[in-house]
Amino acid sequence: MEMEKVIEVKQLSKRFGNFTAVDAITFDVYKGEIFGFLGANGAGKTTAMRMLSGLSVPSSGEAKVAGFDVYRQTELIKRHIGYMSQRFSLYEDLTVRENIRFYAGIYGMSDAFIRDKTASLLQQLHMEAEAGKLVKSLPLGWKQKLAFSVAIFHEPQIVFLDEPTGGVDPVTRREFWNLIYEAAASGITVFVTTHYMDEAEYCSRVSIMVDGRMDALGTPAELKKQFDAASMDEVFLRLARKAVRTAD
Amino acid sequence: MKQFLAFVRKEFYHIFRDRRTLFILLGMPVVQIILFGFALTNEVKNSKIAILDMAKDETAHTLIDQLNASRYFDIVEYLQSYDEVETAFRTGKVRMAVVLPAGFGRDLEHLHQAQVQLLADASDPNVANTLTNYAGSIVRDFQDGLLKGQQLPYRINAEVRMLYNPQLKGAYSFVPGVMAMVLMLVCTLMTAITIVREKEMGTMEIMLVSPLKPMLIIVAKAVPYLLLSAINISSILLLSVFVLDVPINGSLLLLVGESLLFTLTCLAFGLLISASTSSQQTAMFISLTGMFLPTVMLSGFMFPIENMPLPLQVISHAVPARWFYQIVRNVMIKGTGLETIWKETLILLGMMLLLTTLAVKKFKIRLA
Repeated sequence: MEMEKVIEVKQLSKRFGNFTAVDAITFDVYKGEIFGFLGANGAGKTTAMRMLSGLSVPSSGEAKVAGFDVYRQTELIKRHIGYMSQRFSLYEDLTVRENIRFYAGIYGMSDAFIRDKTASLLQQLHMEAEAGKLVKSLPLGWKQKLAFSVAIFHEPQIVFLDEPTGGVDPVTRREFWNLIYEAAASGITVFVTTHYMDEAEYCSRVSIMVDGRMDALGTPAELKKQFDAASMDEVFLRLARKAVRTAD
Repeated sequence: MKQFLAFVRKEFYHIFRDRRTLFILLGMPVVQIILFGFALTNEVKNSKIAILDMAKDETAHTLIDQLNASRYFDIVEYLQSYDEVETAFRTGKVRMAVVLPAGFGRDLEHLHQAQVQLLADASDPNVANTLTNYAGSIVRDFQDGLLKGQQLPYRINAEVRMLYNPQLKGAYSFVPGVMAMVLMLVCTLMTAITIVREKEMGTMEIMLVSPLKPMLIIVAKAVPYLLLSAINISSILLLSVFVLDVPINGSLLLLVGESLLFTLTCLAFGLLISASTSSQQTAMFISLTGMFLPTVMLSGFMFPIENMPLPLQVISHAVPARWFYQIVRNVMIKGTGLETIWKETLILLGMMLLLTTLAVKKFKIRLA
C-alpha cells in the first residue's frame, strides 16, 4: 500500500557561512504518522524544523511540505501547518476563550467555525468551566494541552511540536500524548522533537540527527534491532556519542 | 482584514487587562500638565523682602510704598542697621533686601543722583534674578515719575514688548514640551516593550509560523498606541486651552497632523528598538536613554539649545522632539502656518521614514 507523503525532503542543507547546520538530510513523512525528530542540542533539529515551517530558506536541496515547495510557497505552507514550541505560547493575560479566538483569528477562520469548534474543544478538554478564566490561573499541564489544541485548531495537515512536554510531570505527559494520538488518528501528521526517550518509543517512526546529518531513521523496533540496543535511550546515546560538535 | 482585527482586539485586551499601566498612560499627561501648570512656575509672587531705610525722608517713603504696593513683594521686616541684613537672610525670612542710604532724597534733589542697593539671596539664582529685575523696574518707574514735566537733554526709552506671550507664562513653553514627552513615552517605550514581550514569551514564534504577514504584525501592534496617543493629544490640548488658558493660535488641523507625524516617528523608533533587542529590560533601558533623556534635555524645552556647547547643539539635531517642539511652539503659540515650519516637518518626515525602513528591514532579517 502506497502511503501519502506529506513531507518530502531531499538532500536539504542549510549553511551559515562555513558552518553547515543541516547537512543534506533526506527523508519522507507519511500522512497520519507521528514522526519523532531526535538529536542532541546543536545537532540541527531546530534549523531543519525552521526550514520545513517556512521560517528559514534552505541553502540547497529540495523539500515539500503539505505538497508546497519550501522555497517558493512558504505562505501556503504556513496556512497548512500548526506549530507549538517548548515555551507554551498562550497569552497569560487573556482568557482561554480569548486565546482560542485570537489564534483562530490569525488563521482567518470564520466566526461560525470558531464558535462551534471552541465549544466542542472545551468539552473535549473538560474545560467548559474555565473558558472565561485567565490562562495564568491554569495549571501547567492544562496550559500545555490547551496550547496543543490551539495549535491544531485550524485543522492543519501537519503540526510541528518543538519539545512540547518540557517541564511537566509524567502523568501529564502521558495525557498529552493521548492528545497527540487522537490528532494523528484524525489524520493530522505530527512532527515532534523531544529529549524524552520514552516518548520516542511512542512515535511511529524516529529519526536521529547527529552533527547536522540524519544518522538513523526507522520505527523504534527497527532502530533497536539495527543498533542492537534494549531501549531507544541506548540507541540515542550510541549515536549521540559520535557527535563532534558541542552543544550550543 | 479579519486577521488584522483579531490581532488588534488582542492588543486591546492586553492594554485593558493591565489596568495600572493604562491608568499611568492616560493619567500621566493630565498630571504633568497640572504639575507644570501650577506647581512648577517661574513667576514670583509675594516674595518676602526687608527694607533698610537709612534716609527716612519723604522720597524714600514714596519708593518704599511703591515696592510694597507691588504684588511681587511683601515687606516683612524694617531693619535698623546693616548688620541685620545678614541676619535676615541667614534666618531665611527674606529673599531680598532693599537698602536706601542716608540722604537719599536730598542727594536726588540736589545732585540729581542717588543710590539704591538691592541685595538678593542668590542661593537660588533664578529667583534672585527675577526679584532684582522686578525691583529694578519699580525703581525705574519711580524715577520716571519724578521726571514728569521735566525735559532731559538726551533720553532713550527702550520699549519692551513680549510678543506671543505678553504675560511670560511658563505654560507656553512647557505644553509643547509635555506633548513631546508623553507621546514619546507612550509610543516608543510601550511599542518597544509590547513587541519584545511577545519575543520573550515565545508567542512571536507562533505568529511568524502563522500566515500573518510581518508587516501586519507591526501595524497591528502600533494601532492601539496610536489611538492612546490621540487620546493623550486631545487631553493635553483640552487642559491647555481650558485650564491653563494657553491659546491655540494656529490651525488645529495642522497641529493635530504634526502631532500624528511625531507619533509615527516615535512608533517607528519603538519598533526599531524592539527589532534590535530581545528582553524587556533592554528595550526599556534603550527607550529611556535613547529617547526620553534627549527629549527632556536636548529638545530645547528645558534648556535653550543656543546656550549648549557646540557638540550638544549638533547632537540635538538628531532628536525628533527638538523639531516637534519648534513646530508646536510655532503653530500653537505664534499661530504660524506650514510656510514657517515646512523645514521641521520635512526633517520629521525624513526621520520617520528612515526609522520605519530600518525597523522593517531589521524585523525581516531576523526572520530569515
